[in-house]
Formats: sequence, structure tokens, C-alpha cells
Amino acid sequence: MYGLGLAKGFGVTLKNFIRKPTTVQYPEERNTQHTRFRGQEFAWYQDRCTGCASCAKYCPLGIIQIVTDPDGGYEQEGGSFKVDVFDIDQGRCMYCGLCVEACPYDALYMGSNFEAAQTQRADLVITKEQLTAREKHPSTWFRPQLERNGYNPHTEAADDFHEVGREPFFWHNKRPQSLSEAERKEATAQGEYE
Amino acid sequence: MGDVLAENRIFSTVYTLVNDLVPDGWSWVAYLAAGMSIIMLVVNSLMIMATFYTWVERRLLGRFQSRLGPNRAGPFGLLQPIADLLKLLSKEDILPRSADRIIFNVAPVLMLAATLIVLAVVPFGRGSYIADLNIGILFVVAISGIGTFSIFMAGWASANKYAMFGSMRAIAALVSYEVPMVMSILSVVVLTGSMSMVDIAEGQALPFILVLPMAFMIFMVSISAELNRAPFDIVEAESELISGYNTEYSGMKFGTFFAAEFANVLVASAVIAVLFLQGWRWAVLPSHLWFLLKVGALAFVFIWIRATLPRLRIDQILGFAWKFLLPLSLINLVVAAVEVLSWPEQTALQQFYMALINWPVAIVSIVVFSKIVSKRQPVQPVVRVAVAQEVV
Repeated sequence: MYGLGLAKGFGVTLKNFIRKPTTVQYPEERNTQHTRFRGQEFAWYQDRCTGCASCAKYCPLGIIQIVTDPDGGYEQEGGSFKVDVFDIDQGRCMYCGLCVEACPYDALYMGSNFEAAQTQRADLVITKEQLTAREKHPSTWFRPQLERNGYNPHTEAADDFHEVGREPFFWHNKRPQSLSEAERKEATAQGEYE
Repeated sequence: MGDVLAENRIFSTVYTLVNDLVPDGWSWVAYLAAGMSIIMLVVNSLMIMATFYTWVERRLLGRFQSRLGPNRAGPFGLLQPIADLLKLLSKEDILPRSADRIIFNVAPVLMLAATLIVLAVVPFGRGSYIADLNIGILFVVAISGIGTFSIFMAGWASANKYAMFGSMRAIAALVSYEVPMVMSILSVVVLTGSMSMVDIAEGQALPFILVLPMAFMIFMVSISAELNRAPFDIVEAESELISGYNTEYSGMKFGTFFAAEFANVLVASAVIAVLFLQGWRWAVLPSHLWFLLKVGALAFVFIWIRATLPRLRIDQILGFAWKFLLPLSLINLVVAAVEVLSWPEQTALQQFYMALINWPVAIVSIVVFSKIVSKRQPVQPVVRVAVAQEVV
């Protein structure tokens, strides 16, 4: 019928006029993000990191700076390097998550925050001290093992490295000799060191 | 005391008050004071309404688009227009180097003045108007043309090609849409037999939106084009021309244009309310309140149209005016004239008979003319010249 399109258009706008606005009043209320949201404020577990710098090599922007100490204090059993500096320049980060994909030891996670605004560019660089000190809310992006327990980074924190990585922990150890006999047997039974 | 203003209560009150104070032979002071008081009242109330109409428009547009609109400044964002005003006042007033200084400065004032002068003949309620001119509606049409003139002044004086494009479009739209608009007004004038706004409102036994539906439709469309509102806002099409004629304006000069545009919508709503909705008349509520309600409803319709319809091209707009609206308005005028000849007295029953005739005429002629206008012309095949071969 003639003129129906016009009437339909007016009907659509009127329907939107009557219904409740979808706007979220940001500072007072927040949208809930998905648990796999690739947010800011990376979660980094020093106890898992071997200082291999895979993340720094895979970063397309080259914004991760790692300085390792070969004579370091062996942060974890079997670790080879002590990580002295671990800086991520968030001001240039595009949150592609390739560093998280590259990490062979599940030490680096995307964060779940989106409110990391700073007044100066220099403040956007997050350092090792900040990463270790802050409460960790690792995103479940590229880490599906986190989702098995129904973990939600927006409501709960995961500060202990045992909570987040793959278990058992044998695969992490590069020196089978340093394991105890029982652990070595279990690890071999699970297919490690082959 | 002038005859025209004798029945105005505010005028006579102020006149008597001041006339008692001044000595004999100084009654012109009282006359001046009384006139100025009415002008102050009308102008200020319109400007305040226009200021808050910006807030209303932004809020309602937000709701139409399923968002909230400005709601931060004050309760419900009510102080938003005041914040905007302060921002505009504190901004730098830039004059382009090659601009025509005098015309550039006069244009916004002229536009606002044209808007305000129209209000002189609009009756707001029973017996409350500044002047009941016997050519009231002609005055409205003539003065509102000055608004477009000031748009052209602004575009010319800015020495900016986008401003010039915008004002050229404004002239084209005005020349095209003035014709069907005047034709539709003419049918109202034919029916009521008077050009005075008060007589037009009094002469409507039924609201003319029911008696003359086609005239109302044509008038709404034409006045939207005259006001440069969506879907006819090619004058300031943001995606094509930066801001149209007011591209080079900043600070309070821009603010004056802005205020004039929003005041224009209110004034146009008031004129439509008088022409087609019986003005202040209708029972129970006080007449001023009725008038305000009608103006508000029409302003809502304008916002609704703006929120719904996308912008048209300039050729579509001009073609729509000349091919579609002009024949329709002629049909409307002829039908109204024949009806008036048949039923010279304007009672409610006779206007009801007119409505019974006019509605089928309106529907049939709109459908027929839309079929004719929308018939596709055979497209000429495009001949592409192979320029690329020479390059190779």
C-alpha cells in the first residue's frame, strides 16, 4: 500500500521513543564484559615466568621490555633466568593478545579491566613491580582452563599461580633431575620428557 | 491609545499606570512603556521557550534513538541550555579576513529579528495578541522570507564556499516551497474569508486539520523546508557542507543563529496551530494553555519527523516541490474555492460536509500524483571513455 513505508518508519521511531533507553550511565553503572574480554592491566605470574621473552618477541609493536639476569636467584625450581625488568607500554598496546598466545608457561594473561586512563604517557607503562603488586584478574581469553571452574575475572581475583595454570606443574620444569622420584614417575606417566 | 491595542489587558493596565505618573502632554511615554512592556514579555518568553526547546529537542531525539540525551547539568539536564549559552558567550568571536564585515554581523541579528517580528500577529489566547493586522498571514509569509534572506547574507558575507553552497540551497528551497505553502495558506484564507490571524482562528468551526487535510500536509512539508529542518536540512547538511551558512560563525553570533532556528520552530508551530488547529479555542482549559499545548504537540511532531526521515537530495527536494506539492496545492485551492461558492456560510455542519469531500479528494490526488511523479524515466546508457588505455 502507498505510504506504508513512511508510516512504518514513524512507528519504529515511536517504538524506540516509548521503550526504556539502552544507555548505560557509565561512571555510576557499568556494562558487564565477557570473561574473555581482552582488557588492560595484564596479569603476570612471576612464579611461572622463566624469562624466555617469547612475549617480547611475538609482540608486533615491540612494547614489552624484558631484562633477565642469567645468574639470577632461580625464582622457581628449574628456572634459568631471573626477570629483572618486565615493562609493558600500554600506551602503544593494541591488545591483540599475541604475547599471551606466545607464552609457553601460562605466565602472562590479558587483564579484564578497561579503566586504565592516566594523565601522562609515562604512567601508562606498567612495570614488574606494579604487575606483581596488583590484584590479578586474568581474562579467560586464550586460557580456557580458567573457565572450567566457572571463574569470572570481573568478580573474583586469582592471585595464586596454582589457580590459573595448567596442572600438574611438571611440564614447567626443564630439569627432570630436580624432581623427586615420585613426581618424575608421575610426570613420565603423563607423557612429559618424551 | 491606539484602537488596535485598546482591548489588550496588559497594554491598558501599563498605560493607565504610567499615564497617572507622568504629567499631562507626556502620554506618549505611557504609550511607549506599555508597548515596550508587551514586547519585553513576548520576546523574552519566546527566547526562554526557545532556549529550553533546545533541551527538549535533544532529550526527545535521544529518546527516539534509544538513548538518554543531556541529563548531567542540573536535574534532568535542565541547565544544559544555560551551560551551552555560557560556552557560546565565552568563545572567541572570529571574523574571517575576507568577510564582508557589516553584512556578516547583521545577518544573525536580522534572522532573529525576523523570527520575533512574526510573533507580533500571532494570537496566544483569547484577546491576547500584539497586533491584529487585517493582513496577518500575509505579514507572516513576508517576514519569514526575510529569514532566508539573512541566511543568504550570512553565506555571502562569510566568503566561504560551503557557506555559499548552503545559502544557495536555502534560496532554491525557499523559491520552490514558498509557492505550495502560500497556496495551502490561501485555501485557509478562502474558507475563512479573512487574512487576520484572529479571524482565521475564529472562523474554524471545525479544526482545519480535519477540513483541509491536504492543505495541512502541504503546509507541514513546506514549513519544514522553510525551517531547514530534516528531511529538508540540505542547507546545513553536515555530511556535505560543514555547517552550511553558519560555517564561519562562532561564539554568540552562531548562538544567535542557533536560537533563531529553534525559535523559528516554535513560531512555525504557533502559526500552524492558528491556521489548522483553531488557535487558542477549545473548551475547559484556559485559552493560553490550549495554545501552548497545541504548539508543544506540533513541536513534538517536528522532532518526530527529524528523528525519522533521512535527508533528501537537492534535486529530489526541488522536484518534490514543483512536481508533487504544487499540483496538489492547486487542486486543494480549487476544491476549497468551489466548496466556498457552494456553502457560503461557515457553520460546523457545512465544514463537516467539506471535510467529507476533502478527505477522499486528498487521498486520491496524493496517490495519483505520487504514481505519476515516481514513474521512472528511461535511463540514458552511460558511455564510458577508455582513458586508461592512453596511460598504458
